[in-house]
Amino acid sequence: MFQRMMSGTLGPVLVVVTALMVIWYGFAVFLNTPWQNDKNTRAEVVMAPMEFVGATLSQKRPLLPGPHQIAAELFKTTVQTPPTSKKSLIFHGWITLSSTVLGFAFGTLLGIVLAVAIVHNQTSNRSLMPWIIASQTVPIIAIAPMVIVVLNAVGISGIVPKALISTYLSFFPIVVGMVKGLRAPEAIQLDLVHTYSASPWQTFWKLRWPMAMPYLFTSMKVGIAAALVGAVVAELPTGSAGGYGARLLAGSYYGQTIQIWSALIAAATLAALLVLAVGLTERLVNASMGARP
Amino acid sequence: MVISAKNLGLTFQTGDGTVEALKDVNLEIKAGEFVSFIGPSGCGKTTFLRVIADLEQPTAGTITVDGKTPAEARKARAYGYVFQSPALFPWRTVEKNVALPLEIVGMDRRQAAAHIARTLELVELGGFEKKYPWQLSGGMQQRVSIARALAFDANLLLMDEPFGALDEIVRDRLNEQLSALWQRTAMTIAFVTHSIPEAVYLSTKIVVMSPRPGRVIDIIDSPLPKERPLDIRESAEFLALAHRVREGLRAGHSEDS
Amino acid sequence: MSAQSPSARNETSQSETRWPRQPFTPLQLAIGLAVALFSLGTLAAGLTVGTPNYPIALFGALALATVARFWWPVSFWLDFALFLYGTGILFSALGAGGEIGSSFWLALATLWLLAWLFAERLSQAIAGGSASARFGFIVPTLFGISILLVWELITRGAGIPTILLPPPSMIFDRIMNSWPILLADFRQTILKAVLVGYVLGSGAGFLVAIAIDRSPFLKRGLLPLGNFVAALPIIGIAPIMVMWFGFDWQSKAAVVIVMTFFPMLVSTIAGLNASGHIERDLMRTYAAGYFSTLLRLRLPAAAPMIFNALKINTTLALIGAIVAEFFGTPTVGMGFRISTEVGRMNVDMVWAEIAMAAVVGSAFYGLVTLIERAVTFWHPTVRDGRA
Repeated sequence: MFQRMMSGTLGPVLVVVTALMVIWYGFAVFLNTPWQNDKNTRAEVVMAPMEFVGATLSQKRPLLPGPHQIAAELFKTTVQTPPTSKKSLIFHGWITLSSTVLGFAFGTLLGIVLAVAIVHNQTSNRSLMPWIIASQTVPIIAIAPMVIVVLNAVGISGIVPKALISTYLSFFPIVVGMVKGLRAPEAIQLDLVHTYSASPWQTFWKLRWPMAMPYLFTSMKVGIAAALVGAVVAELPTGSAGGYGARLLAGSYYGQTIQIWSALIAAATLAALLVLAVGLTERLVNASMGARP
Repeated sequence: MVISAKNLGLTFQTGDGTVEALKDVNLEIKAGEFVSFIGPSGCGKTTFLRVIADLEQPTAGTITVDGKTPAEARKARAYGYVFQSPALFPWRTVEKNVALPLEIVGMDRRQAAAHIARTLELVELGGFEKKYPWQLSGGMQQRVSIARALAFDANLLLMDEPFGALDEIVRDRLNEQLSALWQRTAMTIAFVTHSIPEAVYLSTKIVVMSPRPGRVIDIIDSPLPKERPLDIRESAEFLALAHRVREGLRAGHSEDS
Repeated sequence: MSAQSPSARNETSQSETRWPRQPFTPLQLAIGLAVALFSLGTLAAGLTVGTPNYPIALFGALALATVARFWWPVSFWLDFALFLYGTGILFSALGAGGEIGSSFWLALATLWLLAWLFAERLSQAIAGGSASARFGFIVPTLFGISILLVWELITRGAGIPTILLPPPSMIFDRIMNSWPILLADFRQTILKAVLVGYVLGSGAGFLVAIAIDRSPFLKRGLLPLGNFVAALPIIGIAPIMVMWFGFDWQSKAAVVIVMTFFPMLVSTIAGLNASGHIERDLMRTYAAGYFSTLLRLRLPAAAPMIFNALKINTTLALIGAIVAEFFGTPTVGMGFRISTEVGRMNVDMVWAEIAMAAVVGSAFYGLVTLIERAVTFWHPTVRDGRA
């Protein structure tokens, strides 16, 4: 039983995670020691070693909080706080999630349309592709806050500007994946439908589109993770109504490290859930297309 | 005796249970022989070659290569191995590909250069030293891989369906060249194939094998002369030999059905 | 790839027709008709609406005359010439300071359609072999230039507030006038944070991958985690790094290190497993040791994957360094400049920084691509020029 677990994936992952936790605690004690020493000297308190370690792991604003402190904060701000409160991570999660999903939907649509144009039209291929690739070497995400502020200044605010940033980040993987996918049919398969004298429309729906599906889902997984990053960065400007980005920035202003870490973990969880959701959709689509499970 | 196998057996554990890839194989190969292994897929001919090369571990019986265990023989670089595909490194030129085993042995550069020139001459590829593998045809690529296997100067050459992926015409020419090469160098060659004419044309000894379990069902010594032009394949002796091999293969099949 | 699509096949068979006249595709026909329509509008509006604008009207008349291409063989280079001419006319109309009326916008639309038609016909001619592939670069370049032109003409013609979107010329002026600031920001963000972080992060990812490569257990444990972390919004650690390593570039470099580490780790591990079974058996028959196999077989085979990560990391490094500066910096750096100038509504300065980021980002990426081509020249995607 034990050996079977260790030869799979789960066992090694658990071992590595446990090791990381131990290292984390070690670092937490190490990093928080100077401040604790300082405090103890001023209060003229002498602590036993175990008591001291406990103290380093229960500071209010530690340099590095222990995992249990983050877990406690996460529990407090998700379960014990009503989702309508501004202190609830579910409240902020909803804000981030809605602009992520909206932007991702736009991005996927845009990506598919561009890929179709690129595959079917030489001019689009020649004129767009170099710029689409170049657009990704430009760190546009760095100006996300500016886009938000400027759009706010002319009266466009709310979810749309944030979604635009997510769109920008998520469309690229989709274009690249879909261009590959729509070109996946081999010459021999294209020749086959050519002998049927199929119209371009039929070739698209009966050959290219089904063959592109695996590519679409692979790039959608990358795309939705990118969309979330876009949404979080777009929430960084102060005065943003909320979201994990706003939580991060507020936490960094007030030195609330536990708050920063819990927002970070919450964002990571959200990312994992979103990728999982895309993966589930992929399975459903595969099943309906008769793929082997 | 270059290779000597006694009661050799090898079983794999798979999801569906155990597979007997080799069972009770007894075989001796003398120096200078050209031995072909022929049989349907799954008969263990490639597995046997891989056991000689220490790429698989037998689960029963004993085998010696040059009087040593396969592992010792491998570490002593006692043989060259030619795979089903050329497996050339695309980032190395032809001469660098042939140089690869020499680099690993640690031969000095001047000596290596002489070796490379000579082995490329043997496979008639002089003048292609600076080309990359992907600039050559499939047949030429396989010749480079033969040159690479010869580079050590080992006296034993193991070849696993080396011409399987090539077309008939290229294959005929390479068979002729291989036969000439064997006569010139007097090395021992163990050759896996599923082509009857190829086996009969090349070999001094033909080992017919059968699957489930993988075993030897016939060992035929060839009466053909050492000197073999391509048209020997139309002679009566050749046809009789081919007939015997075909009968052996058929007998192996009827047993398991 | 063009040989694979049925439409490309049609184009090839049509290429035997006499140059320069090509049969028109439905799309070209549609664009051609739109050109006729808009140029007619330009001509009419130029003569009748408000004060007559004869240069624009003349451009409209010339563009209208190109309808002749449907009957006589007219080289597509004429469309290009007309595009250049029209551009000049519109700029002089802007410079003249007169009112910007309907004729201007109609002419702009005509101009844009002409560029499109030219691009369509040129790429058809290249695909058909009647124009040299050397002209291939014109299509994307023209696309880029048209975007800049339309941007410039619209922002100035419509008097869009520069806070919303400054015209490219204004951004260019700003770049020319602010060299010292831009250079200082470049030094702070690129030369310190990005380069140090990129080298250390990618290097560490590479070395850790090689270190755990020998342990299948660690590989199985770390690979799923690495894939998971690579998909996370790592940029969020920026405030923590600023807290740990201070305001200066070291904290930004730390963010970049973490961001570039995981893609490199995952790609290198995957790349080291990319070499085939036969090749590994081959090395085994040579009794080659672990390091010999690593050096001669597995690392070269992994190079394409490693370069993929190096390319992704160029962008990640820039993003990481700039965004991390939003969480606190000394008063220099590209991220700092962007956030403070946005606050002051100096949008042209922000765009100047973006332009610099764009140039630096593309150059960085291009440099890595060049090295990639030199190192992995043997890889099929590079050999066929598809990289």
